[in-house]
Amino acid sequence: MAAKFGIGLTLAVEVIIFSQLSPYFFTAENILNVSLQLSITAIIAAGMTFVILTSGIDLSVGALVALTGVVSASIAKISLPVGVTLPLAIAAGLTIGALSGAFAGVCVTRFSITPFIATLALMTIFRGAAYIFTDGRPIWELPSQFSQLAGGRVYGIPYPTLIMAVVFAVAYVVLKWTRFGRHVYAVGGNKEAARLAGIDTDRVLIGVYVICGVLTSLSGILLASRVNSGQPNAGLMYELDVIAAVVVGGTSLAGGRGSIVGTLLGAVLIGVLRNGLNLLDVNSYVQQVVVGFVILITVMIDQTRKK
Amino acid sequence: MPTLLRLQCVSKSYPGVRALSEVNFELRPGEVHCLVGENGAGKSTLMKILSGALAKDSGEIAINGIPVQIHSPSDALKHGIGIIYQDFKLVPELSAAENIYLGKEPLRAGFPFIDSAAMRDRAGAQLALLGEEFDSALPVRMLSVAQQQIVEIAKAISQKVKILALDEPSAPLTGKELVKLFAIIRRLTSEGVGVIYISHRLEEIFQIGHRVTVLRDGKVVASCPVAETEKSTLIQWMVGRDLEDEYPPATLTTGEELLRVEDVHAGILAGINFSLHRGEILGFAGLVGAGRTELARVIFAADAKGSGRIFLDGEEIRPRSPREAIDLGIGLLTEDRNRLGLIPEMNVIENVTLSSLSDLVRGPFLDTAKENRDVQRLIEKLHIKTQGGNKPVENLSGGNRQKVILARWLLKRSRVLIFDEPTAGIDVGAKYEIYSLINALAQEGVGIMMISSDLPELLGICTRIIVMRDGTIAGEFGRSEATQEKIMAMATGLAEVSYGR
Repeated sequence: MAAKFGIGLTLAVEVIIFSQLSPYFFTAENILNVSLQLSITAIIAAGMTFVILTSGIDLSVGALVALTGVVSASIAKISLPVGVTLPLAIAAGLTIGALSGAFAGVCVTRFSITPFIATLALMTIFRGAAYIFTDGRPIWELPSQFSQLAGGRVYGIPYPTLIMAVVFAVAYVVLKWTRFGRHVYAVGGNKEAARLAGIDTDRVLIGVYVICGVLTSLSGILLASRVNSGQPNAGLMYELDVIAAVVVGGTSLAGGRGSIVGTLLGAVLIGVLRNGLNLLDVNSYVQQVVVGFVILITVMIDQTRKK
Repeated sequence: MPTLLRLQCVSKSYPGVRALSEVNFELRPGEVHCLVGENGAGKSTLMKILSGALAKDSGEIAINGIPVQIHSPSDALKHGIGIIYQDFKLVPELSAAENIYLGKEPLRAGFPFIDSAAMRDRAGAQLALLGEEFDSALPVRMLSVAQQQIVEIAKAISQKVKILALDEPSAPLTGKELVKLFAIIRRLTSEGVGVIYISHRLEEIFQIGHRVTVLRDGKVVASCPVAETEKSTLIQWMVGRDLEDEYPPATLTTGEELLRVEDVHAGILAGINFSLHRGEILGFAGLVGAGRTELARVIFAADAKGSGRIFLDGEEIRPRSPREAIDLGIGLLTEDRNRLGLIPEMNVIENVTLSSLSDLVRGPFLDTAKENRDVQRLIEKLHIKTQGGNKPVENLSGGNRQKVILARWLLKRSRVLIFDEPTAGIDVGAKYEIYSLINALAQEGVGIMMISSDLPELLGICTRIIVMRDGTIAGEFGRSEATQEKIMAMATGLAEVSYGR
């Protein structure tokens, strides 16, 4: 719980400051807007939480967003009935995520490559593949149904926001109330002890990378839908935003300690900050500096409280 | 005689606990003053205060009669206090010489560069003084535990300490290495160094100590010359009650064969044959490196078996992973329970149920209510001292941590339990409880393999003792015929040498 103090405090301070400075900040429209903006990275961060809990890391998420986006977009464009191409585009996108996660997991387990190196390599492979696949040009002119995926709303709530809510609810339940979730914490806490307690650690590790891959691809599809195109340079530097959200949320990079609720708060903290700074018309270069400092301060508060 | 170190009325409280209460302690030059007490008695708190890692609440520390303030480890060093902890504070990748001179490396005259040759020579001379010959240029990670300990001692000596505290120095050492350590301690005391010696092995106190001070619940309950006391009295002081015997009595009836190992080869193991029966406590004696832990790991399928066959209830088993061995009913309590047993971030309940989660699900979800109930029952049955099942396992003492792992296998209803050094680093009272639990399990028909380097312990509770040497079984003794001398002779191969040629 101590780990969530800093983030709660910073978030409260953010909300107070922005609602004082901008009358638009605390409106329903803006809140839904923020949730839509942050949903893309938040969904990936949910997956990344699983990986980091096992003391791993996945640097390939940003590139995977791009690869999934261009592949799904190109399938959505095929001249067949949209009732066929749309499900196909989604299925293909998610499959790419699952396969790439499985591949990363196998590198980490069977071939004992450290997660940092394995996913660093995958990052450049995926990014390169996305450029090769599109010849470096964005894929435009997608069917309008495709853009509905991220653009649609029910009762005014954007689909991505709803999807994010479902993803986090499921992730929460899995981590808290299933064997797999318990195993994730055990592997991150002490891998050899977990193995000697009868846990199939390889399966758990492959599992977390698959989860992260699938959720990343889900975000990749949503992003392509939002910008209504498949962009080979989409998702640049997403891995850093995502890791920041997880760590600010109190999950330990050393593994074994952390929570999905923390990650959600972390994503919200960063999302609200970006939104507020935009509303206040803060120059985007300055924004980067501010975001960096807020991340540092939040983690500092938690670290000093721990002592 | 002058006093080197004097602690007067030193007290320290943590929230809710009085860790030290008006402790008096003194150390003379050239003396080995033993400090004993159960885990949680306050020994480590006292060491931390001496080292400057913790601040005392009240009381006075005087060195050579002059009151001193110790606020940090560097203060302690300045006052000539050196402390060698159980887990060494060495940098594994650096050489022995670099570790010894860490932070005070000799420099080339006039240049800001380390004079490596001089450092190696000096370190080599230092080690030679301690009777060691290994190359001081070797990285510490390549040294044996005993050699690493000597590097620690050399490091302390090079800092010219006058007061040297050793926390459980004998725990990782073999008999021969311990003899060497004692020689070093005697050498240091002959030069006027005062040594504070902390150990759970009470025999050692009578071999090396001059005086002994007993702590219980943060208070000094007794302090006297070693010659004026005996082991049973010490135990009584430590636990605060009479332990009629160190080992609980038990009547065990050995049942039919449970586990049979036939001609197993793996790593250093060569041609291992033995069988374990229901209700039996089968001891495994031997020197460190004789292959006892390796055998345990092969049976548990933590390591692969080269060749040979293992039978359970007369049927051959071929587990390929700990998971499969566990499902067959085999449990292993590892030697290093912190590194290989527990998940430090998890609470007591989660650590206990780690191997049994498949029995604790309803549909896809964990039945946490049942989980709580099952573990609560075991906490009571094993008398695990914790403030609650949801408390971190890190807060528990060594004995209680061991019980948590035992609870894990009880919950899984394992039929073969392998204990690897189950009482290492555990205090006397908790040891007795662990022995009682092992007895109770045997009486229920569980087959128990008990690996231990503590010979009196093996003699005290085992029904049969197998002696291992160099990866083979050197021989076997029934309970009535075994003696420490016979086992040691067999474990070291001395018996054959004297009869052989």
